[in-house]
Amino acid sequence: MNLVDLQKKLLNAARAHPPSDAVPYAFEQRIMARLRARPVEDAALWWGRALWRAAGACVAVSLLLGVWIYLPFNATASDSSFSQELEQTMLAAVDDTDETW
Amino acid sequence: MESLDADLIGAVLNGDTASFEPLITKYSPRVFATARRYARRESEVEDIAQEVWTKAFQKLASFRGEAPFEHWLMRLAVRTCYDFLRAHQRNRETAFTELTGPETDWLDRFVAQPDDASEKAEAARALVGRLLEQLSPAARLVITLLEIEERSVKEISQLTGWSVPLVKVRAFRARAEMRKCVAKMAPEKYM
Repeated sequence: MNLVDLQKKLLNAARAHPPSDAVPYAFEQRIMARLRARPVEDAALWWGRALWRAAGACVAVSLLLGVWIYLPFNATASDSSFSQELEQTMLAAVDDTDETW
Repeated sequence: MESLDADLIGAVLNGDTASFEPLITKYSPRVFATARRYARRESEVEDIAQEVWTKAFQKLASFRGEAPFEHWLMRLAVRTCYDFLRAHQRNRETAFTELTGPETDWLDRFVAQPDDASEKAEAARALVGRLLEQLSPAARLVITLLEIEERSVKEISQLTGWSVPLVKVRAFRARAEMRKCVAKMAPEKYM
């Protein structure tokens, strides 16, 4: 059997039988009913909602940062004493040289 | 773009949903003919057409009017059909078992005297349907557009959104895949 010829013959058969373009009864009415039934998506409304949500999240983060900075339980005091100790340790040799010379 | 289509599209975009109905009435035959190339069951064909029109309505604002509405819609239809094929590729038949009597007769006739096997026979149409169902989604889409609808590579590129080199590569692979499927379909007694 010549497979190339068979393939050509079958493709010709497909070309000879174009599919029907019949549309089912009242198809457009069904589509229109479906389109009318779905809620209309308003882009401005969507953006408005998203921005309000983002604004809420930003305010919450700002408040948390404010609380963290100003309340006494933050570690600022111990950090400053640590930095002073570090500075003294690093400059100890220089202090010694002042006394020596 | 025809001015009537442009008017209707403009009206839909301005909120007059009812103006979409004449577009559905006018172009549904093309959408259904396209869908029937890829889906066998009528319920699947209708699902595809419904999906195409829903997408068309949702994306209508992205239609710029540079090309005819029909071209834009056909791009949407072809891509929806491709999505359908990919979603249903596991349902493909795995073998050419149980050819019907008329199909076997047609093959017998083709082997005995190729010219006697009519391309217009219903059995030939059924056989090519089986053959296309064996192909991968991309191969089926390319073979349908290139070999059956006889479209150019450039047209296929526009319809599918694939680049021209990708269409050529997929066409090459699709032809090879089809040759394998034809060989599988031809029963051993003919080889």
